[in-house]
Amino acid sequence: MKHLPIAGKVIALLFSAALLVACSGSDTKEQDEAAAAAAAAAAAARSAQGGSSSAELAALEEAAAAAGNVFYFEFDSSTLTPEAVGAVDAHIAVLKLNNENVRLEGHTDERGTREYNIALGERRANSVRDYMVANGISSFRIESVSFGEEKPVAYGSGESNWAQNRRVELKPQ
Amino acid sequence: MKRLLGILMGVVLVVSALRAQAELTIEISQGSDNPTTIAVVPFAWQGAGAAPEDLASVVDGDLARSGQFVPVARTDMLGRPSTEAEVFYRDWRSINTEYLLIGRVSLAGQLRVDYELFDVLRQTKILSGYEAGAVSDARMLAHRVADAVYEKLTGVPGAFATRLVYISGTRVPGGKDTSRLTMSDSDGARPIVLLETKEPLLAPTWSPDGKNIAYVSFESGRPAIYRQELATGRRQQLTNFQGINSAPAWSPDGRTMAMVLSKDGNPDIYLMDLATKQLKRIISHYAIDTEPAWMPDGQSLLFTSDRGGKPQIYRYALGSGKIDRVTYEGTYNARARVSQDGRSVVMVHQVDGRFHIALLDLVTNRMQILTSTELDESPSIAPNGSMVLYATKYAERGILAAVSVDGGAKFRLPAREGDVREPAWSPYLSR
Repeated sequence: MKHLPIAGKVIALLFSAALLVACSGSDTKEQDEAAAAAAAAAAAARSAQGGSSSAELAALEEAAAAAGNVFYFEFDSSTLTPEAVGAVDAHIAVLKLNNENVRLEGHTDERGTREYNIALGERRANSVRDYMVANGISSFRIESVSFGEEKPVAYGSGESNWAQNRRVELKPQ
Repeated sequence: MKRLLGILMGVVLVVSALRAQAELTIEISQGSDNPTTIAVVPFAWQGAGAAPEDLASVVDGDLARSGQFVPVARTDMLGRPSTEAEVFYRDWRSINTEYLLIGRVSLAGQLRVDYELFDVLRQTKILSGYEAGAVSDARMLAHRVADAVYEKLTGVPGAFATRLVYISGTRVPGGKDTSRLTMSDSDGARPIVLLETKEPLLAPTWSPDGKNIAYVSFESGRPAIYRQELATGRRQQLTNFQGINSAPAWSPDGRTMAMVLSKDGNPDIYLMDLATKQLKRIISHYAIDTEPAWMPDGQSLLFTSDRGGKPQIYRYALGSGKIDRVTYEGTYNARARVSQDGRSVVMVHQVDGRFHIALLDLVTNRMQILTSTELDESPSIAPNGSMVLYATKYAERGILAAVSVDGGAKFRLPAREGDVREPAWSPYLSR
């Protein structure tokens, strides 16, 4: 009984990974990451069948690490992409087993005004938060903070840089 | 004491005048169509030893930056008069000079600049006066002379004896940038670092008396609004709410601060009574509401909202609570700032994916695009309404630039190193 929620999650992950592979327009790197995450989650679930809950957690943490803690967004959008949903799911699976708190940091690219981008970054962080809460994580465990365009990871202009900056970073607290 | 240490932790507060590395330089990129020619003769130094500073060049630079004047090169001057008796009008007519400014600098406890302005064509003295103050304020005296000359010749008060604050930054890969809140003269000279932190600084703004700055600092890892007194460096944290704490804007009477908080779910606009710290939510909508800017009469506020789908400028009337949409042209209009006469609104305006500074005339409803670069933001109007200072990108670096409200004159203020952004032009400063 105890393992059923995890199994359910694994199925969800596998499903989203399959969906991603089928979607030819998606970014290859993110597809790979989502597929790797799904595979790792599946491995985790297998090892969890006979293992202790700490082994389970370790395996899920590995899967979440493989999925990455940065979720990317389209321009002027705070809607979770299918890739982002896959990665957030891997973290939700971990958060269901541990009692840790997380912080979601929302960021934007440099286009548009700084204050408006602060608001847009918050929308992105809240969109990840809302998805986590809808999937059973208590909102008290999640803090969202927006940095707007103030903390870019890529300094240059142009879509290749901008795409890296439109993100939410999940950080354990 | 413990509380004070807490406030100081993680930031460097600079109370004394520390010169910043990131001094701004000036590059005039475009002048007005029909500028006035003026000769600013080097002022005669009447004190002992060497002159403290070339104050005539400060005046010369101020007038040139306005775009409305073309100063005569010193190498073209046929004489260097410092008294009326030494002025030979033909020397200046022969090199097509319309106006002539001469001066004398002396030191008797205070530094004193005496100046005289002549109309070369009419062969008459049209202005004379003096400015006096501390030696350390020599450049400010020169800016005041420039203000007097500018007003005499254009009919509009000068705004050279004012200051700027801006954010300068040094890039450190891995999101470890250093941010500095810096104050300088209106020409970018004499930069003083007011605050330095490893976390972002945002939205510096002046109190209407020019004695305080408010800004947003992430120094604690979360945004909070602070007020800092310039004379003492003393700081006060005004907000520390969950979510966004941003976009502080002092009311014209200095008693109230408009700000953006998302503590109640999403970004809304609040007023804080600065004496009691009491908050009142005035603009609330499920859309983003941000970037409040007071109209000079204090009766209404402009703000940015995407309640119509895309960001546009709206106006909120404090008395009635009525909200009107102000901008209709274009799909992105944001971060309004209003001229002191309440007639002109500058904002960020998007055209074909590029962000420019535009000016909306509230009387004619005519929108004029003032800039041509593509990532222009954070416009701030000079207190005399003549120039708009803004931030843009040039050669992949954040720089400050300025444009006259008629779009005619332009200059850039890049830092010698690092990035600069979010300029805020001070109000007129009391002496």
